[in-house]
Amino acid sequence: MHRLIAVILITIGAIGLISAGPAAAQSADPQLRSRIEALAEGGFAQTRVAIVALAATGDPRAVPALEALARGDLYSRKADGLVVITSKGSGRKYRLTDPLSGEDLGEAGRREVAKIKVNNKLRRAIRAALGGLTLTSPDPDVRANAAEAIFKARDAEQIEPLDAALAAETDDRICRLMQQARAAAILNSDRNETEKLEAIAVLKDRGDQGAVAALAALANSDAGPLAAASSAAIKETERNLAIWAAIQNVWHGLSLGSVLFLAAIGLAITFGVMGVINMAHGEMVMLGAYTTFVVQDTIRGVAPGLFDYSLAIALPLAFLVAGVVGLAVERGIIRFLYGRPLETLLATWGLSLVLQQGVRSIFGPTNREVGNPEYMSGAFELGQMTITYNRLYILIFALVVFASLLLVMRGTSFGLQMRAVTQNRPMASAMGIRTPWVDALTFALGSGVAGMAGVALSQIDNVSPNLGQSYIIDSFMVVVFGGVGNLLGTFIGAMTLGIVNKFIEPYAGAVFGKVLVLVIIILFIQKRPRGLFALKGRAVEQ
Amino acid sequence: MIVGRMFATLGAKAWIAILVLACMAVLVPVLHLTLPESHPLHVPTYLVALFGKYLNFALLALAVDLVWGFCGILSLGHGAFFALGGYAMGMYLMRQIGARGVYGDPILPDFMVFLNYSELPWFWYGFDQFWFAALMVVLVPGVLAFVFGWLAFRSRVTGVYLSIITQAMTYALMVAFFRNEMGFGGNNGLTDFKDILGFNIQADSTRSALFAASSLALALGVFVVSVIVHSKFGKVLIAVRDAESRTRFLGYRVEHAKLFAFTLSACMAGIAGALYVPQVGIINPSEFTPARSIEVVIWVATGGRGTIVGPVLGAIFVNGTKSVFTGVLPELWLFVLGGLFIFVTLFLPKGIVGILDQGWAALRQRRLSAALAPGTDAKTGKPPKSPSVPAKVPTIAFDRRAKTAPRE
Repeated sequence: MHRLIAVILITIGAIGLISAGPAAAQSADPQLRSRIEALAEGGFAQTRVAIVALAATGDPRAVPALEALARGDLYSRKADGLVVITSKGSGRKYRLTDPLSGEDLGEAGRREVAKIKVNNKLRRAIRAALGGLTLTSPDPDVRANAAEAIFKARDAEQIEPLDAALAAETDDRICRLMQQARAAAILNSDRNETEKLEAIAVLKDRGDQGAVAALAALANSDAGPLAAASSAAIKETERNLAIWAAIQNVWHGLSLGSVLFLAAIGLAITFGVMGVINMAHGEMVMLGAYTTFVVQDTIRGVAPGLFDYSLAIALPLAFLVAGVVGLAVERGIIRFLYGRPLETLLATWGLSLVLQQGVRSIFGPTNREVGNPEYMSGAFELGQMTITYNRLYILIFALVVFASLLLVMRGTSFGLQMRAVTQNRPMASAMGIRTPWVDALTFALGSGVAGMAGVALSQIDNVSPNLGQSYIIDSFMVVVFGGVGNLLGTFIGAMTLGIVNKFIEPYAGAVFGKVLVLVIIILFIQKRPRGLFALKGRAVEQ
Repeated sequence: MIVGRMFATLGAKAWIAILVLACMAVLVPVLHLTLPESHPLHVPTYLVALFGKYLNFALLALAVDLVWGFCGILSLGHGAFFALGGYAMGMYLMRQIGARGVYGDPILPDFMVFLNYSELPWFWYGFDQFWFAALMVVLVPGVLAFVFGWLAFRSRVTGVYLSIITQAMTYALMVAFFRNEMGFGGNNGLTDFKDILGFNIQADSTRSALFAASSLALALGVFVVSVIVHSKFGKVLIAVRDAESRTRFLGYRVEHAKLFAFTLSACMAGIAGALYVPQVGIINPSEFTPARSIEVVIWVATGGRGTIVGPVLGAIFVNGTKSVFTGVLPELWLFVLGGLFIFVTLFLPKGIVGILDQGWAALRQRRLSAALAPGTDAKTGKPPKSPSVPAKVPTIAFDRRAKTAPRE
């Protein structure tokens, strides 16, 4: 019986609540509610006071209202003065939601609501207030962002919320961010000198462009020792930044160098052993990239779960495809042209045209999409620079390729024969080495490595029929620069060219930098016509 | 007597080529301008433009042949000299537009107005004068070739190394000319030409004159190359091609010989480019692409390297085929061109002219063995559609030496 009465009472209560609607919502937290209502009262000055009051509550529930206010989506309903957030409703109507509970309040015509106006000064206040409010959010990312927002805004009024948040903060990283934000705010406040000096030290530790910006205002003022301290801090920070920029350049250069190395190493092997230039080398790279595409395409259709392994599957396949094509090219064309390097150059150029057009006919002239597996995408921060995973993996891959080729050259009998043929072909032949087979296998190896390079390049470049052509001239430059038939020379040549390229780029621009590098190489050849690491021999002509 | 000696020295093939070209220079414009369009012998405008273009390509091929065929320098960058000559002419033609451009600026070409240039860059000065532009057409490629060649030959960069750095040279120029900041119209190059030396560039008479000029320039090129190749100096060139070290050890200044040939060849390429630009009406950085330069080499190889008429025939043959294919089966053209590269290097080391010579030699052998049996006026294989066919000309002994393809 009691139970029944209770149920009835609750039901009635619920009906009453529902019918009361806004009134009930209004009663959720009267104090906060009244502070939000205060936003709609009067002009800019009063709104500003209301914003500051809201910020003082430190209640994260006020965040949606403030965000809407900054966007210009906060309105007050004319009928009852209720503050609402609007979004686009059906037709010319607005859909209203309650700023505190997020409850849907139905639609209203344009004339039934009045916008709460904001100006830039208010927007700044809102940003600062939001920063303070989100500092106490349970989500660490939100807290970190809030600290960064305050750091950028340098709002002196946020010092106290920051102090409160710092006391409660447990995460070291966010703690540091908050301290930096506090330091930036202190510099902008009228605190005493010692506190400002401490703040300068904190900012100096941060040491990025933002810290320089925060310090710059003080350095330009006539604040005596403070100005001196901050300009000293700026100078040191800028020096650090320059060092980081240089490190970043080296990293980009190494990354470019690893790509160049992968593209050029096969060329260097064939050129070294056989003395012929394979103009179709770039097309072997392209074949490798298209193999990756085909592998990924098949995996998408057959077993999507294997996608993360697609590169591991594509690597040996690309080696095989390009290697077999290379072997066929050597047996079919190049072996008839030995002793005529210029003719070989022309014939392989023709071959490259045929391969390009063949791929264009089969796969179409447009770029094909090759995806990055999970572990290849994304980036991480190291000091003041960002390192993307795909670049990192390509550098590692280049090093692995370099090491395994060294192993093949130094540690296997095939490598021994290859080196013998490189150094003295007639003598090697006289010693019983079957030079034609060494040639064929070398060509296959060089092409296969190019195919693997194609797998790597498919991760950072467009896979199109022209993929190979864009690398061929750079690869030649690497080979010419590093010296022929020398793995180490190619490696150092590629890395040097990569780094030089990246250091010239900021001064000369990407395009002109390239021209400059070419000119430098042409001049370099004057000094060392056979490259950095030339094979030593006694013949007049090699 | 002098004519007789000249004839004997240069070889009949070269003379016939010169004669044919001279006749074409007169005949084609006459047929084009005087006959009505309905007449069967009337030469339509597009053919005049097309063949004018082929003749410029032939001159370019001849320039490449001078260095590759006779001196053993495989230049993969002759397209750059061609394009530089073209740009020099293009700059003159741009200045001739005057205030008739879209923006109507009396001095600045349209693209400069578009890119907010306030005044003419210094390197555009003087190009309003034809004589200056004509000088630059020869001088700019010549000086570039001289400096480049001096650096390269002095340090004995030879073989594939040289080929690759010439390729790098044209590539670098291409990249540079693609930039708007260079002041050469960037990506779009120079175009919208109005008139040349006061004549409307679109007019039939101007086109005919340009055709005649191209024809005569080629004839002059054939003459100059023949004279050089058949002179004592030419023998040094051929010696350099066949055995560079030995020539050096015999006391010849190999670098000087190479440098002279390279520079002269670049000047010829520049002239070809300058004649090409007014006929096609545009010059842009795509002329610098390495692929274009390599294509020129295959014209020479197809026609027959180390011969004088070979590159002319080769350029006309390959470009004629290209025109046909790109019209009918454009997607097949690259297969054909690529196949041509492979086929010619593998099976036709001496090119079309080599086959013709072989056929002629075999025929003469048969004639000799058949004692005095006239009437078998057998035809040797005709080279495909070319206006100057020296097929039935007996080879003069002098010419033969140049035909052994060197093995490097």
